[in-house]
Amino acid sequence: MSADRLGLVFVVVLALAAIAVPALSLATPADSALNIPPYLVQLLGKYLCYAILAVALDLVWGYCGILSLGHGAFFALGGYAMGMYLMRQIGARGVYANPILPDFMVFLNWKELPVAWWGFNWFPYAMLMVVLVPGLLALAFGWFAFRSRVTGVYLSIITQAMTFALFKEFFRNDFGFGGNNGLTDFKDLLGFSLQSAPVKAALFSASALALILAYGVARAIIGSKYGKALTAVRDAESRMRFLGYRVENLKLFAFVVSAVMAGVAGALYVPQVGIINPSEFAPANSIEAAIWVAVGGRGTLVGAAIGAIAVNFLKTYFTGAFPEYWLYGLGLLFVLVTLFLPKGLLGLALTSREKNPYATAPAIAVEEGADP
Amino acid sequence: MIAGDDPTLTASLLYLDGISVSFDGFKALRGLSLVLAPGEMRAIIGPNGAGKTTMMDVITGKTRPDEGDALFDGRHDLTKLDEAEIASLGVGRKFQKPTVFENHSVEDNLLLATKAPRSVFAALFGREERSVRQTIDRILATTRLGDQRACVAGSLSHGQKQWLEIGMLLAQNPKLLLVDEPVAGMTDAETFATAKLLREIARDHSVVVVEHDMAFVRELGVKVTVLHEGSVLADGPLDQVSADPRVIEVYLGR
Repeated sequence: MSADRLGLVFVVVLALAAIAVPALSLATPADSALNIPPYLVQLLGKYLCYAILAVALDLVWGYCGILSLGHGAFFALGGYAMGMYLMRQIGARGVYANPILPDFMVFLNWKELPVAWWGFNWFPYAMLMVVLVPGLLALAFGWFAFRSRVTGVYLSIITQAMTFALFKEFFRNDFGFGGNNGLTDFKDLLGFSLQSAPVKAALFSASALALILAYGVARAIIGSKYGKALTAVRDAESRMRFLGYRVENLKLFAFVVSAVMAGVAGALYVPQVGIINPSEFAPANSIEAAIWVAVGGRGTLVGAAIGAIAVNFLKTYFTGAFPEYWLYGLGLLFVLVTLFLPKGLLGLALTSREKNPYATAPAIAVEEGADP
Repeated sequence: MIAGDDPTLTASLLYLDGISVSFDGFKALRGLSLVLAPGEMRAIIGPNGAGKTTMMDVITGKTRPDEGDALFDGRHDLTKLDEAEIASLGVGRKFQKPTVFENHSVEDNLLLATKAPRSVFAALFGREERSVRQTIDRILATTRLGDQRACVAGSLSHGQKQWLEIGMLLAQNPKLLLVDEPVAGMTDAETFATAKLLREIARDHSVVVVEHDMAFVRELGVKVTVLHEGSVLADGPLDQVSADPRVIEVYLGR
């Protein structure tokens, strides 16, 4: 199956799921074999958010060679922006019944709403922040990192440092975002109760659509001349410089787009899991995202999404059955994939039939240095 | 060559004066001076460590000289610009080891090199113009890679990769081409064909070729500059230079 056909199948499956899952959840009786219970809808919706994060990461890692181990930070920032909106929606229904201040602020004896929280009661503003905060962080971070020509493992390390710094900062109570408890106890979104089955189904559909959109944007970027330039940077960065390209700008654009996608994923994730706290910034989360992409197949987009869903499905199962062994299992999976499936599950499926133009191409027919 | 005799083009295209570069105390270049006229092709020879590649690095903005002047087109101070800026002024560089985009087709390699706006948005939304297609067709013919057009560049032979990289320089349409050891690892037939290709290119570009292969330099038939320990030892036609006792000393003596 060619990469284009595969992408089409992927989009069609997602579109069908966006309709079928809510239909099966809402329109079938609870005891029917076809019924999808709300908890499962929510779980699947969560997987789709991870899949969006994986597609975002694959755009920069698979196509531009930027192994970001800090994408969890962009995801979490999008999540916090959504969480802040949901907090303000609680209004006077909180434990302390303060119409303006969220509970944790009353508890900390704060009298006024911090400036950072202004406007978050207004949904469009919150959505703007979902996009803007991760985007601007990526812009500032990427501008310095790419201009200073930090590449490879060094870049990976500073992205880890970035997410770790945010992790530490969000833990502090006086940073103003709920400290280690984070934001939770959400009641409703746009006036609809988050506990109701239709809202859960709608959030699932929204996640599926967002994944389609993220995939579509990434595919369009990759297919353009800019996409070719991006992979050229991945393969021979100095050649691109000597051809007159501003490599740092090429990287920066992809990095910002990717961070925005990750932020949107986080914003869809939070109402489905009902909580956002600093642990989302944990460095291990970002590394896990890189494992999803590696397992599914770097530089394939669809593979990254499949990897995210598959690994998280395994995780859900394993952490239920043998909770203490999950991390070993994840580590083993990464080692096995690196050793035996360097192109991931999908890379394997694609190369067996048709050459994937974005995977590392082996020399065919003529050995290097041989006569033409 | 041709343009060098043109009285309207009297100013130098490349002007290096007293360039010195040192790395951790090792003086790679010491007071190197070199002037290249527009339209000229020049061969640079010299033993290993003479500073040939460092000189290319200085011209293309990869290395900043400790002292000295480097001017392009009599106006642009190369010591203040970075690689991308210098490339857009019209300086193209071919590396010693063939460096092409191995996962892209031959055609896409040339497309990326073709002179066009280099910004992100131009690349995202720009339309491919007819002239671009024609340029690519022309270069594929010049470099004899027409049959490999759709092939992945990684599958080309060593010699073909060298030509593709030269083709990419042509697509960039620079005023000055810097070519570092273009025939390293080539067969005699390929070497001969490369010399022919470079002579063709030199008809409407200025070219600096760094090369060890004397037979190839002779085949080019241009003025030769000998570098030794970071500065110019001699220059002139190959026969005159190779008869120079100091050059013989450097190459054979020690």
